[in-house]
Amino acid sequence: MHPSESLNNKQAGVGTHPLRFILWLMIISSTMAFAAFTSAYIVRRGEGNWLDVDLPQSMLINTIVVLLSSVTMQLAYYFARRDEISRVRIFLIVTFLLGIVFLIGQWHVWSELVLDNVHFGGGANPAGSFIYVLMGFHGAHIIAGLIFLAKTFNKTLQYKIHSRSMLPIGNCTIFWHFLGGLWLYLYLFLLLNH
Amino acid sequence: MAATNIPTGGAHAQEAPHVQHHATGDHHDEHHDHHDQHWLSKYVFSQDHKWIAKQFLISGIAWAFIGATLSTLFRIQLGWPDANLSWLEPILGRWIDAGKLNPEFYLALVTMHGTIMVFFVLTAGLSGTFSNFLIPLQVGARDMASGFMNMLSFWFFFLAGIVMFISLFLETGPAAAGWTIYPPLSALPQAIPGSGTGQTMWLVSMALFIVSQLLGGVNYITTVINLRTAGMSMAKLPLTIWSFFLTAILGLLSFPVLFSAALLLIFDRSFGTSFFLSDIYIGGEALNHVGGSPILFQHLFWFLGHPEVYIVIMPAMGIVSEVLATNARKPIFGYRAMIGSLIGISLLSFVVWAHHMFVTGMNPFLGSVFMFLTLIIAVPSAVKTFNWLATLWRGNIRFTSAMLFAIGFVSLFVSGGLTGIILGNAALDIQMHNTYFVVAHFHLVMGSSAFFGMFAGVYHWFPKMFGRMMDEKLGYVHFWLTILAAYLVFIPMHYVGIAGFPRRYYAYTAYETFNQFGNLNTFISIAAIMAFFAQFIFLFNFVYSIFRGRRATENPWGSTTLEWTTPIEPGHGNWPGAIPAVYRWPYDYSKPGAPEDFIPQHVPYSQTVSSNLPYEKEME
Repeated sequence: MHPSESLNNKQAGVGTHPLRFILWLMIISSTMAFAAFTSAYIVRRGEGNWLDVDLPQSMLINTIVVLLSSVTMQLAYYFARRDEISRVRIFLIVTFLLGIVFLIGQWHVWSELVLDNVHFGGGANPAGSFIYVLMGFHGAHIIAGLIFLAKTFNKTLQYKIHSRSMLPIGNCTIFWHFLGGLWLYLYLFLLLNH
Repeated sequence: MAATNIPTGGAHAQEAPHVQHHATGDHHDEHHDHHDQHWLSKYVFSQDHKWIAKQFLISGIAWAFIGATLSTLFRIQLGWPDANLSWLEPILGRWIDAGKLNPEFYLALVTMHGTIMVFFVLTAGLSGTFSNFLIPLQVGARDMASGFMNMLSFWFFFLAGIVMFISLFLETGPAAAGWTIYPPLSALPQAIPGSGTGQTMWLVSMALFIVSQLLGGVNYITTVINLRTAGMSMAKLPLTIWSFFLTAILGLLSFPVLFSAALLLIFDRSFGTSFFLSDIYIGGEALNHVGGSPILFQHLFWFLGHPEVYIVIMPAMGIVSEVLATNARKPIFGYRAMIGSLIGISLLSFVVWAHHMFVTGMNPFLGSVFMFLTLIIAVPSAVKTFNWLATLWRGNIRFTSAMLFAIGFVSLFVSGGLTGIILGNAALDIQMHNTYFVVAHFHLVMGSSAFFGMFAGVYHWFPKMFGRMMDEKLGYVHFWLTILAAYLVFIPMHYVGIAGFPRRYYAYTAYETFNQFGNLNTFISIAAIMAFFAQFIFLFNFVYSIFRGRRATENPWGSTTLEWTTPIEPGHGNWPGAIPAVYRWPYDYSKPGAPEDFIPQHVPYSQTVSSNLPYEKEME
């Protein structure tokens, strides 16, 4: 962790900045919501009467896109530490665009599922509905991440992000990696349990 | 009071080198007086934790009266099932049908009473008030980690309250499937009127409420971990803070799960999915839903629902520990065991949820595992109870109103806890499940107890909140009427429950077996109405004392914790000067050799040479 991301002159407590700590706690609570969904999935699947859904190929492409966006996010962080602000901006924009591409890709997966006769509602088997819920809830988190990215980008325009002020972009990076990791988990989970 | 006030004033100046400026708090100093603040940001959209705490407290009290009114209404129905209730028509309108309470509305009353009391009063009203008020003051912080999120936390709660309140006036009535909203009843609008718009609004309100809880919870945890003053190690925290801290962790881990469950239920209700619904016929017609599992909802619900009862009771435990030690003028007995048992209860609370589901047809082996884990909770609970009793033992007890309510808490917690051992047994639960025995159990151990903890907290910290004292005599009357009524209501309920009378029944008159309890039910209702009216004494005392109460001194109870080192009415930023550093644990009461019977936490050992213990000598 970079020194500017922690509290100075602290004697008690831990050195983490409160905002960083709040971010971690929010990540934990999000994780709990997804843990609830995926464990509900396992419990429900164990009860039988389960539709075997073939996951569309484009899910793999989306997974690669979101992992790639994690790399560009990390590059933005890296250049912020080296005070190369124009590159920070470029990589933040690239990350944002990859996030949009991911969302469009997820939408595409949904239309493929519909073509495959896997529906969300209307008397559909929960096996399909669960896929929509997991992807939709993750998508909502991605939208939150995009807002976070936009705010961070705005801070680079005001020169509030540089090697001695790394907290905002550090938080954004952690959150974006969380979203990528979360999708990787959901994808592998669905691959192994569909 | 100046005589008992050993170091509060003077120590600041003398101990300047020991005092540390808080890195994050410094910017608050300049607007300590906040003359320049707009009234809207000072009194409405305030980011000051003390003001937000008062907002939570006053909304909590308002909700408590609404919740109690609902329970009084259904107690009237249960106590006098044959009476003509047309006199209630001015309040209930068409829910009184030819002198009879509408049975559908009865279910709605029960549901809303439970929802309001558990979530809006004993979660938001209790944690929201005291976590907000005490965490920064007792750990020595200028404010919460994020004042803005803290403000949002209250306003999300307020919004949740508005939605829930409006749902009370719907034509089809509010939600009526019980506070546990089990599907399929709650999922199908065709099932009962209450499962229509009322249930939708219940779910929306609860989603907003969960957001409020998460925003508040992350703040509480972060403030305790990050913003403690110099010297305030985790092992020097007052037990109030430990209990609020662990409560917030429970909320952070369990509320998202309720959110997931609520979301899936919303999809089932409004989007045609079948997560919890399968093979249902209504009016001879098969519904479209196949492949869902209603038991799955119960698992998700109780994964929150069980920690939730500890979210309700643990803050009360912390408050009671603090009030008992202060007013017994003794250190809390077994400080570390108290922390350990809180941690134990917190851990166990996540692995016992299925004891609410013993009769769902679960594998008996699984049932016995959950039974085993459930009964283990008796151990940390007993540790706490014995420690409270040992704290009282030979103490120099001051029977303040707060102290009476704290002792009342211990009494109710013991009485209600004992029946928990009965209900925790999977075999006994087959008879007791869904009877008044369960109602009696949780109303004593969690409902009344948490209320008593809350009352203890209000009476104890009122001087710090409003700069005035509550009236002690009215406090005594309030206490005695309330504890008497609580026992008179809930002890008879055990009887009715053992006989098998099921909860949530509109009337028992149709069943020969239960008719013999007619008089008992009337008795319970009279006691419940007495309890209800006793609360108006509190309300009067509370409102009157805010404006006309006796002026408080800086440290009226002779307490050791940091909040009593602030000015009588602390401004935004809490301490006008530097934040005091902390040198000792919070329970140095009646220390042998000390001139006074308490030594506040910010007094260094060098000033208390006469009372230092051998191992404290080296810290002088």
